[in-house]
Amino acid sequence: MKENFEGQIKSLGRLLVTFAFLLILFIGGMLYIKNNPSILIPSEEYEVLPANETTLVELDEATIAQSGFVNAQGVSQVIQNCTQCHSAKLVTQNRMSKEGWESTITWMQETQNLWDLGDKEEMIVAYLAKNYGPVSKGRRENLTNVEWYELE
Amino acid sequence: MNRRDFSKQLSLAGMTGLLGTSIVFSKNMPKGYWPIALQDPDPFSLFDKDKEMTVLNDRPWNIEAKAHLLNDKVTPNKYMFVRNNGRIPDTIDVNSWTLTIDGEAIRKSKTYSLQELKTKFKPYTYQLTLECGGNGRSEFDPPAKGNQWTVGAISCAQWTGVRLRDVLEDVGITDGAVYIGYHAADTHLSGDPTKEPISRGVPIKKALLDETLLAYKMNGQAIPLAHGFPLRLVCGGWPASASGKWINGISVRNRVHDGAKMGGSSYRVPCETVAPGSQIKETAMCIIESMPVKSLITYPRSGALIKEGQSLSINGHAWAGELEVTKMEYSIDFGSTWKDCTLEKPVNRLAWQHFMANVQFPKKGYYEVWARATDKEGKSQPMVLPGWNPKGYLNNACHRIAVKVV
Repeated sequence: MKENFEGQIKSLGRLLVTFAFLLILFIGGMLYIKNNPSILIPSEEYEVLPANETTLVELDEATIAQSGFVNAQGVSQVIQNCTQCHSAKLVTQNRMSKEGWESTITWMQETQNLWDLGDKEEMIVAYLAKNYGPVSKGRRENLTNVEWYELE
Repeated sequence: MNRRDFSKQLSLAGMTGLLGTSIVFSKNMPKGYWPIALQDPDPFSLFDKDKEMTVLNDRPWNIEAKAHLLNDKVTPNKYMFVRNNGRIPDTIDVNSWTLTIDGEAIRKSKTYSLQELKTKFKPYTYQLTLECGGNGRSEFDPPAKGNQWTVGAISCAQWTGVRLRDVLEDVGITDGAVYIGYHAADTHLSGDPTKEPISRGVPIKKALLDETLLAYKMNGQAIPLAHGFPLRLVCGGWPASASGKWINGISVRNRVHDGAKMGGSSYRVPCETVAPGSQIKETAMCIIESMPVKSLITYPRSGALIKEGQSLSINGHAWAGELEVTKMEYSIDFGSTWKDCTLEKPVNRLAWQHFMANVQFPKKGYYEVWARATDKEGKSQPMVLPGWNPKGYLNNACHRIAVKVV
């Protein structure tokens, strides 16, 4: 009877220790979440590239060729700043003057989360205006690239 | 981001080879985001599109048809253009999908499950014309900014859903309702979870029309993923951007909706006509509503060689936003003379209309067959580019095909 009583005390003690341990773990966990709320939304982490870290990295020819951009001065900066959010195709299918590209960059900065391009903006705009400048089309173009075929 | 990480990313070259484009800053992609193109690098099989469709942009996806692909009376998915502003939602759970109606001009916000929408309200089916506001942008001079659509950002599929009006009546809107704006599950290109890629809408008058649907079926099937599965708004005859995809919310506003791409030069044109290339103040820009009269020759494909004495059957479609097309003509002499085409009535309001003609050529030579539609109010398509605007919207210039009689 006495032994049985002692046994019960011991198991109660073990239960209390376990409970205290779990309580500490729970409080610790809550504090961690409080300080790191982002762990609750693991798939939607979002970060903006800080302007001062957009250091020029010269890309190799294969990467440039793959990008679809004309390989000319400034292309590495253009690829690194202009293809993070959207495809290169959104740039290369457009034709704009220097002012047009500048205002597009401003629009992206104001509304689309584009970062400050810092002292690289001049080089980027110059590259775009030179390689993707406007082409005059007049009021209506000729039909070109017609693939002729015999119609039965 | 430091440079060491950057060089590490360059070793992704093998993976990017699949894409045909470089994911240089892949570290900056949101964690857990895997570009959809890498899950399946072929957009044609990914979205079940015909191989002849043209991919204008792969992030976000923008894909257009060619004129001759649009010959079907009801546009099938494989020939339907895709215009996305953001990323297609990663995960869509039909069972937990809801639509919440809120805004300043409703009595009390209300949320419906998909099942409730389908069972509580009567379904309607209409064939509805959806044309991107920027269809034809590639022809503007000076060039206009954006995806360079040629002629193929137009479709007329059959949409099934419930009337937005019935749902709004069930919720209860106030007299102060001016505009509706949609909210959707697509995500911003920058990865910023607080930004909506696009949140446009229509005036309450358009929202309450019979044909304005909250659609859950396209051509009798569940809506394909790229076209807004499981629920989209369809406002036929207006710039297709008003027909939000993957929608989970409608706000009934007491003012013109001010969501993403409602302001600036987005889907807006100068209120007064301007000289090409002009700078226009934001306050002088007006929102595009009904799309203008337009037509497309969908048969034959441009470039037909025919024998002297042989006649040529042409056919295609014509549409005019909220209006009906009342006359359809063709010319083989650059507009000197026009002849009438046979023009069918639309199957319902806001559906495109089919035309056909049998064309005779007087002698051998190079010809262009030009098509010109005229709407109920007497407005015809121009042969040259219409009024220039900064974003190159509303190009409804006549379509033409090249033909040689040999």
